[in-house]
Amino acid sequence: MNDSGRTHLRADLAAIAEMIPEGVRVLDVGCGDGALLEYLVRTKGVDGRGVELSQQNVNACVARGLAVVQGDADADLADYPSQVFDFVILSQTIQATEKPAQVLAQLLRIGRQAAISLPNFGHWRVRLSLLFQGRMPRTKALDYHWYDTPNIHLCTLADFVDLVRAQGAVIDRALALSQEGIAGEMRPDAVRPNLFAQGAIFLIRKN
Amino acid sequence: MTETADPHFLRPLSAPKADAGKAVSFGSDQPLKLDCGRMLSPFSIAYMTYGTLNDAKSNAVLICHALTGDQFVASEHPVTGKPGWWTTMVGPGRPIDINRFFVICANVMGGCMGTTGPASTDPATGKPFGLTFPLVTVRDMVRAQAMLLDQLGIETLLMVIGGSMGGMQALQWAASYPERVRAAVPIACAARHSAQNIAFHEVGRQAIMADPDWKGGEYQSHGTSPSKGLAVARMAAHITYLSEAALQRKFGRNLQNREALSFQFAPDFQIESYLRHQGMSFVDRFDANSYLYITRAMDYFDLAEDYAGHLADAFRDSPVRFCIISFTSDWLFPPAENKRIAHALNAVAAKVSFVEIKTDKGHDSFLLDEPEMFDTVSGFLNSVAAQEGVT
Repeated sequence: MNDSGRTHLRADLAAIAEMIPEGVRVLDVGCGDGALLEYLVRTKGVDGRGVELSQQNVNACVARGLAVVQGDADADLADYPSQVFDFVILSQTIQATEKPAQVLAQLLRIGRQAAISLPNFGHWRVRLSLLFQGRMPRTKALDYHWYDTPNIHLCTLADFVDLVRAQGAVIDRALALSQEGIAGEMRPDAVRPNLFAQGAIFLIRKN
Repeated sequence: MTETADPHFLRPLSAPKADAGKAVSFGSDQPLKLDCGRMLSPFSIAYMTYGTLNDAKSNAVLICHALTGDQFVASEHPVTGKPGWWTTMVGPGRPIDINRFFVICANVMGGCMGTTGPASTDPATGKPFGLTFPLVTVRDMVRAQAMLLDQLGIETLLMVIGGSMGGMQALQWAASYPERVRAAVPIACAARHSAQNIAFHEVGRQAIMADPDWKGGEYQSHGTSPSKGLAVARMAAHITYLSEAALQRKFGRNLQNREALSFQFAPDFQIESYLRHQGMSFVDRFDANSYLYITRAMDYFDLAEDYAGHLADAFRDSPVRFCIISFTSDWLFPPAENKRIAHALNAVAAKVSFVEIKTDKGHDSFLLDEPEMFDTVSGFLNSVAAQEGVT
């Protein structure tokens, strides 16, 4: 892939890619069809590995020459040795895990740093939707009914920051994502992103 | 070393156009060192090749066969006249495309399709080896294949692939000769034979040995054949290759050529008739003592054992790229056992992919039409070929 690969990368993935230095070891948990991982391997020369639930996606990754294990974040992270990866990536996945706190603990154990992106359930549209409609909010980013959503553990950015700290981890960097996926630096404790950001990316590590 | 185009072991060919393959003989200057401590010499390896080795000798793919398989992976079987056992995977335009890759498949040590085994003549006595044949292991099989490749002038394999015991060999190849293997695809296998696996094999062996025609393994000298025992062994084993769901779907409680139960022990049910057919057709092409030896080789397989119990150490610093494929309904080598290999490889940061293909066809899925498996193998092989500069 040449530089045009960058433009094909989803905006939040591109923002994560920006955070990853060259030549490091990366584990992408929930790597999908491998777009980010392939970008990192080809343009940043990282030593990349993936974990992905869907078999079709794993096949797509294998065909791209990536090393990807079919499995899920809840069950399979426990089998990875400690501190073998420089970076662990979990993008748009933590809200769909069964035990987010345990998954987060595993990520911090396996990687020296973890880059985690998640949707923000504290966005003002979500808040107003619940207030005025009286029904579980459905947004463009989270377009599911309450009964068929894979996102069983939604949280606000403030909620996530609390969890990170409860795990004894520190936030090295935080980027707020707009609806268009544009990332801007944010202070983890700021009120405005929790109201206006569509989602965020946190770069965290064990203290 | 001598090479013969038409090995003497084959029966008169019912289908004369079938390619009987090639064989390489290793003389007393090239003995095979076996794990049991004995040396085997002389010995032969019978094999088939498909496609053409490129000038760089970089497009060789070794296929390792399972317990009852043989070297006729993609061409007509000279004894049964049936098509090769993996023509869905190997052939022109198939995932392992013989227009691009040079495919080698050798009959395993202890086998009965031309490679030296218990049915071969012991040069020391002029009689068949029978039970005097040394016990061989999966590692011995791989060691012999490496000698074959040396003979063929092939230093490195682009890929080694196999299902079941073939997968064990693929793992052993990666562990024993990491510098000679670019990629390994173990399918529906495990890094060790479980107690349940050993138990099923023991039932099969006891069935063979309980047949009065087995004669302590010297049935060739007595002019008999323990075909009843071997058929029962095959019937029992065949059940383990399928799944309950597949059996139910295929046979249910359907009756065979009758409207009502016979109140006798004739095969009332289709499944009985099917198993009997599987058993009887197997004895035409397989040697009972070979079955004993090869099942034993699988029982002895425990890759971690060679590395002080740490499977991960078998692959430390391995440059080999792995793609491990398992099937959800395989209860002989369940996905969890396959995944154990992936975890061990992860632990030493080896390049490993792992897929779990959803199917109800059981262990034998690797031999069947499983489009997801073909996609995985072709995607993996193409990426490996691209990385190695094989066009």
